[in-house]
Amino acid sequence: MLKDVTFGQYFPGNTIVHRLDPRTKFILTIIYITALFMASALIARLLMLVVLVTCLILSQIKLKVALSGLRPLFFILLFTLILNIFFVKGETILFEYRRIVISLEGILAAVFNASRLIMLIVGMLLLTYTTSPISLTDGLEHMLNPLKKIRLPVHELTMMMSIALRFIPTLIEETDKIISAQKARGADFDTGGLIKRAKAILPLIIPLFVSAFRRADELALAMESRCYHGGEGRTKMKKLKTAPRDYFALLFGAAVVAAVVVLGQFNPWSI
Amino acid sequence: MLSRCMTYKLLDGAVAAHGCLAPSRCMTYKLLYTLLCGKDDLLLPLLKTEQLTHTYSIDTPFEHIAICDVDFEVEKGEYLGIIGHTGSGKSTFIQHLNGLLKPTSGRVYFNGADIHESKLQTRNIRFKVGLVFQYPEYQLFENTVFDDIAFGPKNMGLSEGEVSERVIEAAGFALLDDALLKKSPFELSGGQKRRAAIAGVIAMRPEVLILDEPTAGLDPRGRAEIIGNIMNYKHAHDATIIMVTHSMEEIARNVDRIVIFEEGRIVMEGAPGSIFSDSERLLAMGLSAPKAALVAQRLHAMGLPIKRDIYTIPQLRQAINDLKGGGKGA
Repeated sequence: MLKDVTFGQYFPGNTIVHRLDPRTKFILTIIYITALFMASALIARLLMLVVLVTCLILSQIKLKVALSGLRPLFFILLFTLILNIFFVKGETILFEYRRIVISLEGILAAVFNASRLIMLIVGMLLLTYTTSPISLTDGLEHMLNPLKKIRLPVHELTMMMSIALRFIPTLIEETDKIISAQKARGADFDTGGLIKRAKAILPLIIPLFVSAFRRADELALAMESRCYHGGEGRTKMKKLKTAPRDYFALLFGAAVVAAVVVLGQFNPWSI
Repeated sequence: MLSRCMTYKLLDGAVAAHGCLAPSRCMTYKLLYTLLCGKDDLLLPLLKTEQLTHTYSIDTPFEHIAICDVDFEVEKGEYLGIIGHTGSGKSTFIQHLNGLLKPTSGRVYFNGADIHESKLQTRNIRFKVGLVFQYPEYQLFENTVFDDIAFGPKNMGLSEGEVSERVIEAAGFALLDDALLKKSPFELSGGQKRRAAIAGVIAMRPEVLILDEPTAGLDPRGRAEIIGNIMNYKHAHDATIIMVTHSMEEIARNVDRIVIFEEGRIVMEGAPGSIFSDSERLLAMGLSAPKAALVAQRLHAMGLPIKRDIYTIPQLRQAINDLKGGGKGA
């Protein structure tokens, strides 16, 4: 059921990846994404794959869990594959029927681009799998701090974000409960045409919104009664501290980028 | 002719009098009943589970066995109470009884047929085994209370006339008058909302009505009203009631049989008298017994000739009066 949705969920653990400072992880993720897009040479791409797999092994996230996060993006992946296979023109033609032409280059491009997408998503999921929502937004707030100078309400924005993240599991649970309750009254969410299904979703969406507003109201009241008044002069219980491992991790990231650039220069086999 | 429930009650009384709890009550009683009444219709309980096991989030770090090897039976017309700590698996368990959750292993039978035999079968079971969740008022969504109660019967594919007849009957059990039926469910008071939500399930005329803590968070009057609604329905349709609750007093007053869940298993089972006579064990499990049972057992421990299986106030009053009468006589 919905409870098994793992997209963007945090899996508690105590590995080196979990212990890294959230800011480091943010920067590394950005570096990783950049490097991934620079790595158009096969050998560079393989290096990125090795890096990703190493991080996965270090974080002790099971491969099955990591890949299950791809499920919601299945159609995008499929679309990428089809688009590349049919529309990339190449010289080595494998199959031809009227105007449908499939070439070896097309298939290679499809695999190449889909693999980039998969690696991109798994890499970003690794961040949310190993970082609790609280420290994620804490890190973000720290990194965006300079923007306070231009009057951007950084604290409020990150607070909103952490509340939103905090309520995702709650709302999933709530949705699950409402689905069960309406199913117990014979509601049918899985069959019928588009219009019937859209109508079937009403008994789910209305109670969900009602309870989301109720929760928001209660939370606001609870925060108010604990004297919350925004970020002004607010102290932190857990101060973010960088450790030597953070610097090593950043160094490692820089080394990977350098390697990708160098490998791209020397290896002509690229798409 | 003795009904099954009555026989069970009599047998429970006999067992309690001997001061022992039968561990495999169902089988033993069935044999006795068959012997006593010469009938074997018992071999088909209304609702039955076999070796029911459910594991949540298999293959993730959150994997968790919620219920484990539960064998359970309930008879037609029985009023059954389920007690257990938060997280003891009782909510997971009841969601198996109407096919909302699919067992990881084990089976559920309704009238002898496996409820997961076909998709159609599973859907039909939902109407025969009505399940009222905790805080059911959060599931109200229609424009009027009437429409909301009609949601279940409509899904059954009944005719308009039949639907409104059922809504009116269910509203009658739930003591909701015509003026209330025309209102939006969001305008009602907490207790009224709860009653409307329960009526929404009752309107399907389920043979088994399962309620998960139907009185949680209500004031004493609201609680009494809900219990009254349930009893109205039970008497009118000879329905089987399964009620999950934390309130020992509530359970003591009504039920025929109690099942206690702990860590995903049924650990105790029997008539209220025999269950509550072992209040030490209940307390050790973090549960409690009705106050009357606690008082009776304290008096018993003090050496007074009071039976340990007393659990309601009237019983206790009677016993104490008898004791006083006996004292005067001597």
